[in-house]
Amino acid sequence: MITEALATVRDPELDAPITELGFVAAIEQDGGDVTVELRLPTYFCAPNFAYLMVADAYDAVAAVPGVDRVVVRLVDHFASDEINTGVAASRGFTGTFPGLADGELEELRLTFRRKAHRACQEQVAARLLKAGWTMLALAGTTLGEARAALAATRLSEEQALIEFERLRRRRAELGLSSGPEAALLVQDDGTPITAVDLPLQLRMAKTTRISIEGNSGLCRGLLSVRYGLPRPAGVDQAVG
Amino acid sequence: MYSKDGNSYFIVDSHVHAWDATPANQANRYGEGFINCFYDYHRNLSPADKVWTLEEFHKQSEQRIIQDLFTDGYVDRAIFQPTYLTDFFVNGFNTTEQDGVLAEKHPDKFIVNGSWDPRDGEAGLDKLSELAERWNLRGVKLYTAEWKGDSKGWKLTDPWSYRYLERCEELGIRNIHIHKGPTIYPLNRDAFDVADVDDVASAFPGLNFIVEHVGLPRLEDFCWIATQEPNVYGGLAVAMPFIHSRPKYFAQIIGELLYWIGEDRITFASDYAIWTPAWLIERFVDFGYPEELTEYPELTIQAKKKILGLNAAKLYDIEVPAELRLPESADGAIGSEPVPVA
Repeated sequence: MITEALATVRDPELDAPITELGFVAAIEQDGGDVTVELRLPTYFCAPNFAYLMVADAYDAVAAVPGVDRVVVRLVDHFASDEINTGVAASRGFTGTFPGLADGELEELRLTFRRKAHRACQEQVAARLLKAGWTMLALAGTTLGEARAALAATRLSEEQALIEFERLRRRRAELGLSSGPEAALLVQDDGTPITAVDLPLQLRMAKTTRISIEGNSGLCRGLLSVRYGLPRPAGVDQAVG
Repeated sequence: MYSKDGNSYFIVDSHVHAWDATPANQANRYGEGFINCFYDYHRNLSPADKVWTLEEFHKQSEQRIIQDLFTDGYVDRAIFQPTYLTDFFVNGFNTTEQDGVLAEKHPDKFIVNGSWDPRDGEAGLDKLSELAERWNLRGVKLYTAEWKGDSKGWKLTDPWSYRYLERCEELGIRNIHIHKGPTIYPLNRDAFDVADVDDVASAFPGLNFIVEHVGLPRLEDFCWIATQEPNVYGGLAVAMPFIHSRPKYFAQIIGELLYWIGEDRITFASDYAIWTPAWLIERFVDFGYPEELTEYPELTIQAKKKILGLNAAKLYDIEVPAELRLPESADGAIGSEPVPVA
């Protein structure tokens, strides 16, 4: 239950669950008391993202039925003490770093959710383009039609549907319509992207996706050398 | 110079250090954390036979630096990029003066860059003028995540930053190297955001802005800005070693850069002593896209020559031996045309 709850917490930059990234170092449960230890790839990972993950982990575990007391401890980070104390006392980000912040982290979270959404859109669009779709057809299609087309492609259809469902979840998180009638490719505010704008928007989104994937690989690799973990398969080659 | 298959390459390593991170110089746990973080980058992305011990990594002797860069490393000219970190290290991590000691002994090998910090105000402006005169500065390296007392960093668009950029123009310091880090003020914003580079690149068209690490982890934002600002360049420090550990990702980075900004505005760097240049140069000259990546502009020998040295040589007016230059026709004007923005 606790692991499942933590699996809903994502690194906002890498758009991946903290459980899959290896950021959960330990979970201890004693009745209703739960202690979670989190670790990050470097001592100097950005404190705002670190705070979001600690706070989200706290909220996710606290929402599990039967849990009365939660401690989330970020270890080996320059701001571990401030973040751990701040989250435990519900101080918010500005209260945790007095004088160093001029607002909470919702805007930052939104920026990265939008990036993740664009990257997911591009991934789905790239599959359809590969299957022979034109830009015009892409601009006019809906989530429902795209799903049907992806389910019919023979090329690793399972992976294509996983990517599609991830896109739908990103859409829902942004408060954008994610039903079968909704346009497949939309701007940050939900407006459908026109066929004229689509090539450049997709090209930019591709660079975003490469940036996220590359950063993710770097972070997984750094975590593995920092904590003597096995080198991540399929992401980094083994050293040497 | 590096030669392979009948082609010779003039090499400028645009980002090197002579640092002191020995325990005696570490001022606190942050200094220790900083060098350990660098060391993890080194261990994560180096081939197994190039991994040093932490002790070797703490500080390199003059002899070793010369050996790694010039004897073994094919480098014709290396550019020192200081990173002061005086809140983390007793005597600083890698100051202009520390670099300058080596550069004065080997004037044909090194170029010394300086640094400034807008939080130093008026006094810092005077210091910059002195530094420029003392070291004949042609470039500065700025680290926006540098801590100073209670402050955890700054932005290029801070009012005092404009004053320093104006002073750079007056002093003939044309090359502004920018290194983003995990902290700035305010801490709730994305510290890696490169939007401030866009603003100052527009405001100072006579200066060149070299974004280190090609904007990583914000490659897309960097590419978009550089596409519109002809005086924005991408430095390959930290991106280079992916050539070993994750060659496909390296290919994508190079492909994206060639697609968005072209071969005239990308500069090679080892980020010594995080990595040594020899293996990076050897691999890069041998490098080609993996078969499945068919969508990118070709990575030609001419592009490799520009990236490995000729682009940086232009930025720093480094004399390139005639036989290592490109034919005039291939040697286009610095910077590609900006694309129109809808």
